[in-house]
Amino acid sequence: MSSLTETPPAVRTAPARRIAVPAVPASPPRGLGRRIGRITGAVLTRIVAIAALAVIWEVFPRLELVNPVFLPPLTEVLAAWKDLLVSGELGNHTSASLARSAAGFGLAIAAAVPLGLLIGWYTPVANLLNPLLEVFRNTAALAILPVFVLILGLGETSKVAIIFYGCTWPILLNTVSGVRTVDPLLIKSARSLGLGPVRLFQKVVLPAAVPTIFTGIRLAGSASILILIAAEMVGAKAGLGYLINYAQYNFAVPDMYAGIITISAIGLLVNQLLVVTERRFSTWRTAN
Amino acid sequence: MSTPKIRFENVGKTFRARGATVTALRDINLDVRAGEFLVIVGPSGCGKSTLLDLAGGLAEQTSGRILVDDKPVTGPGLDRGIVFQQYALLPWRTAQGNIEFGLEAKNVPRRERAAKAREYLDLVGLTGFQDRYPHELSGGMKQRVAIARSLAFDPDVLLMDEPFAALDAQTRDGLQDELLRIWEKTGKTIIFITHGIEEAVYLGQRVAVMTSRPGRIKQIVDVGIDARSATEDLRSDPRFAHYRHEIWTLLRDEVKRARSEELEGTHV
Ligand SMILES: Nc1ncnc2c1ncn2[C@@H]1O[C@H](COP(=O)(O)OP(=O)(O)O)[C@@H](O)[C@H]1O
Ligand SMILES: [Mg+2]
Repeated sequence: MSSLTETPPAVRTAPARRIAVPAVPASPPRGLGRRIGRITGAVLTRIVAIAALAVIWEVFPRLELVNPVFLPPLTEVLAAWKDLLVSGELGNHTSASLARSAAGFGLAIAAAVPLGLLIGWYTPVANLLNPLLEVFRNTAALAILPVFVLILGLGETSKVAIIFYGCTWPILLNTVSGVRTVDPLLIKSARSLGLGPVRLFQKVVLPAAVPTIFTGIRLAGSASILILIAAEMVGAKAGLGYLINYAQYNFAVPDMYAGIITISAIGLLVNQLLVVTERRFSTWRTAN
Repeated sequence: MSTPKIRFENVGKTFRARGATVTALRDINLDVRAGEFLVIVGPSGCGKSTLLDLAGGLAEQTSGRILVDDKPVTGPGLDRGIVFQQYALLPWRTAQGNIEFGLEAKNVPRRERAAKAREYLDLVGLTGFQDRYPHELSGGMKQRVAIARSLAFDPDVLLMDEPFAALDAQTRDGLQDELLRIWEKTGKTIIFITHGIEEAVYLGQRVAVMTSRPGRIKQIVDVGIDARSATEDLRSDPRFAHYRHEIWTLLRDEVKRARSEELEGTHV
């Protein structure tokens, strides 16, 4: 369980603030200049590696250091990507994919958060179910995919179901652990104020668990994209996973890479969005 | 004498932990007068926190009974406020929000809550800090917020479990004076637990010294120094030294006994 309840990203921002303090004695313009310099530096470091990858992707195939048939230069891939976008094909596949992901992910949140709260609140239930939850969490969703296909067929249901399955465990386990790791002193103190179980849960346990729950939701969000692609490679008629698989099958190699680029961009975006949301809900957890 | 505010009658508490039974408290008999500042000192592990939990209604005694205003304690209540050593502030609420927490429990209307919270922030010297989160406050400030929270819902009794033990000496001295000032101003009945002898003499009208486990009341020392806040430098007053020595002597044997029992315990 510990691997799932990782430290929130908010904690990691603390050292940066500490570094900023010694800069105070310096005269403001110099301090500001240094700060701008540092930010540009940080942005540069982030871009450098990706830019290098882009350059290598462009140059290596052109110099035939790698076979351009299997890895076309980046510009060709981008051209294919643009064609797909203009024809509307990319939009169709993307929306098909996102709809599945969102459905599975949303259902998982709707089911796993209340269930997790319930399990976490009742200690005996938590002790009883935790080993089972661990087993399911450690059973890779993709290993179970054939089972889902077998039972639910090749249609939408099995795809949404497998994403739902994969998203459920991180949310469920984090929610359970979030509820169970509430500082006992806070509960004691709230009880001393005469709060009944319902208000205790609503005013203490739930808010205390929110950051941990959001960590689970973030992990599930990433999982939803990963599982989606694999699910779409099995008997789909639309979706980015289908596009990638279909393009490869028909040797439309630039299209295949265009699909891959799209998926990784979506993955990055979704993750970034969830990280920001998570941080918003856990500012109070900074440096306790 | 009029009826005591709080009365402990033959109170005993045993814990059952991993098969063994531990007698934490035995035959506690103690009366606390209304408006009194009573300090309890005792070696660590003698059952001070347990005694306070019982008075707060957070645990149930195994024998005897506790009366507040002649009524037996059956659970927590807003007639008693507890201040813990580790502050117990809700980290996701601001100073103001934390103070309002107790008022919500009392079902005070929203607008009144905000005004009350400000009033008590002022009382503990935190005017202007209402929007700070606990992680933005020093230990001393956090404890001020916790004290304000316990005072805001206006309990008659304040139960304080080593509230200043985690603070540095200077902050602690400041808060002791502040607490005395608040006590004089509000007329609360305070039970204050500490393991610091100086703190006990400085704060308490009476100091109850407890024995090592199982905790009993060994002796109650009347600290005959009145009008504390008027006494300029109380700590260097010869009477202060006298009481400190008296309590130190009472505690010395108990601390020794507690130590040797602890050592025996680890050898078994
Ligand atoms: N919930 C509990 N279960 C078992 N033993 C306990 C429990 N709470 C306290 N004790 C035991 O009771 C004794 C008194 O504890 P406590 O009241 O915390 O002492 P103090 O506050 O004076 O240091 C200790 O020996 C402690 O181990
Ligand atoms: Mg204690």
